[in-house]
Amino acid sequence: MGKQLSPDEKLEALWQGKLSPKDPQGNALQFQSPEAEKAYKERIIRFKDAIEMKKLPDRVPVTVFPSMFPWTSAGMTVEEAMYDYGKCAEVFQNFVLEFEPDVHWGAYAPGPGKFFEILDYKLYSWPGHGVAPEHCYQCNEGEYMKPEEYDALIQDPSGYFINVYLPRVFGALGGFQMLPFFPGILEMYGVALNFIPFGLPPVQNTFQALFKAGAEALQWIGAIGGADGALATFGFPNILGGFTKAPFDVIGDTLRGTKGIMLDIYRRPDKLLKAMEVLTPLMIKMGIGSAQATGNPLIFIPLHKGADGFLSDEQFKKFFWPTLKEVILGLIEGGCVPLPALEGFWNTRLEIVQDIPQGKTLWMVDQSDMVQVKKTLGRNACLLGNVPSSMLSLGTPQEVRDYVKNLIETVGKDGGLIVCNGAFFDHAKPENVKAMVDSTKEYGVYK
Amino acid sequence: MSKELVNAIADMREEDALRIVREMVESDSDPMTILDAAREAMAVVGQRYEEGTYFLPELMLAGEMLGQITEIVKPALAKAPEVTRYGKVVIGTVQGDIHDIGKNIVTFMLDVNGFAVLDLGVDVPPQKFVEAIRDFQPQVVGLSGFLTLAFDTMKETVDAIKEAGLRDGVKIMIGGGQVNEEIKAYTGADAYGRDAMAGVSLAKQWVGAK
Repeated sequence: MGKQLSPDEKLEALWQGKLSPKDPQGNALQFQSPEAEKAYKERIIRFKDAIEMKKLPDRVPVTVFPSMFPWTSAGMTVEEAMYDYGKCAEVFQNFVLEFEPDVHWGAYAPGPGKFFEILDYKLYSWPGHGVAPEHCYQCNEGEYMKPEEYDALIQDPSGYFINVYLPRVFGALGGFQMLPFFPGILEMYGVALNFIPFGLPPVQNTFQALFKAGAEALQWIGAIGGADGALATFGFPNILGGFTKAPFDVIGDTLRGTKGIMLDIYRRPDKLLKAMEVLTPLMIKMGIGSAQATGNPLIFIPLHKGADGFLSDEQFKKFFWPTLKEVILGLIEGGCVPLPALEGFWNTRLEIVQDIPQGKTLWMVDQSDMVQVKKTLGRNACLLGNVPSSMLSLGTPQEVRDYVKNLIETVGKDGGLIVCNGAFFDHAKPENVKAMVDSTKEYGVYK
Repeated sequence: MSKELVNAIADMREEDALRIVREMVESDSDPMTILDAAREAMAVVGQRYEEGTYFLPELMLAGEMLGQITEIVKPALAKAPEVTRYGKVVIGTVQGDIHDIGKNIVTFMLDVNGFAVLDLGVDVPPQKFVEAIRDFQPQVVGLSGFLTLAFDTMKETVDAIKEAGLRDGVKIMIGGGQVNEEIKAYTGADAYGRDAMAGVSLAKQWVGAK
């Protein structure tokens, strides 16, 4: 082996890989036309330049990062998008070809409905399972981890997930409760005892469900991944490498729930801090791993419970920011571009989160004051946003054009801006989404 | 001792607060004194939240403390305590949307600010709001929603209230996620509130409370 790559070299290798795309057989990707190939490369460079903030791109990049809009606007229900993988991919492909954003984020949002059924997923309700066919899936927040289980999580997070958490949120994974303690598999003597659970019906049933679920996931990714490949040949790259989360949100969203984590701040602050510390390297590993697997550098980090109004500044500085910052720095170290999303309002946090290395991250901004964001965080990071959902849904194309023009003039004139919707949306007037893309291309050219 | 209890709750000293309550119960204090102190503390918590010194951890812990104190005192209570209320609010997350954190915070804040609140929960169909308005006779209706789908179901709910002939009798406020002035105009609500404090001041203003 040669010398270890530096973080910058790792990232550059990902970008270069992205710029010389391969087909599934590993040969150079055949583009639809030389123009498509040229546009593909220009689009990646445009994004890269905007993120790195070293030189101005040729114009302000633009993208659409929707939730269910591509399918609802095509007259499909969310239920259809979740169960008909082929149609889901096809409709998404048409959406990108019609709206022509610089990059897209793949057709992954609906997810495979049948797969969730096989595993009896309880963390979310989805169409036909607690939600109407035309509506998006929604999270059933709860106290999936009990307060007295912090020590188990801290001692062995993977073991806790396997034996305790996963059986609680997947009805079909009950057999996981009986799985052995794997680090106990050490010597010939007694080793077979560890494998007894695999002979028992509950564990075998769970594995049967896993085989079915795996086959379903494969079928889904075949269709959805196919759309990525096809769109690349038309010149539209997907640069999303995967996602990870702030350790505070892992515990607050997934394990303890909002109420649980808020109470833990008072009742067991040390355990909470320790658990986040233990989860931090795992969240870094998760992001780097998916960037390497997909060859895409951007790692999305949706941010929830650090928004304005959830915590005091002091609590934010103590409980939310330190481990999030560590995750961001760890991803950069691993050659990724972290993409944190400031969902809701973050006006009171800007001074704190601006403390990051310059030109290494991209921040999605929702309803925070963009001018203020630019003056703080925006000095160090490229901003992605922030056309409001309300405007896309109820406004006029002219209002969207004016908004984008103003955004480019006030926030984007020296670079560091990518125009996009501010929050994920399921519904909008297509002409407004089109106006967002087209007006960026019109007003965003750097001279 | 009740002053001590007020301070313990308001300052988020849970163990102290519960200890004081147990001591008061053991020394045969009037359970109403304990509950009055707890309510007084809740008002302080609400005020600190409005001032921006308290946030969700404090609201949730205060709610927990109140629940525990009520449980301890209950056996000694002859009848449910009477509380004077400024007015009544019906609140719920509109049909199709199951998000409840924001709604619960508004409910809590309305409650500690002296409103009787009927919380209809999540995914509430328009007709259920209409029935609740008929039965509960609120002055204020609060519609919550996090997703873009809520824009339409909020509008449908306001329309249903109108069709039932109940619109003139209530003020309607909306809030949550992406809701703003534009959504307010679209849904036909009377006002939108960006946070729980805004919801409380709208409700107070509408019922004429200070």
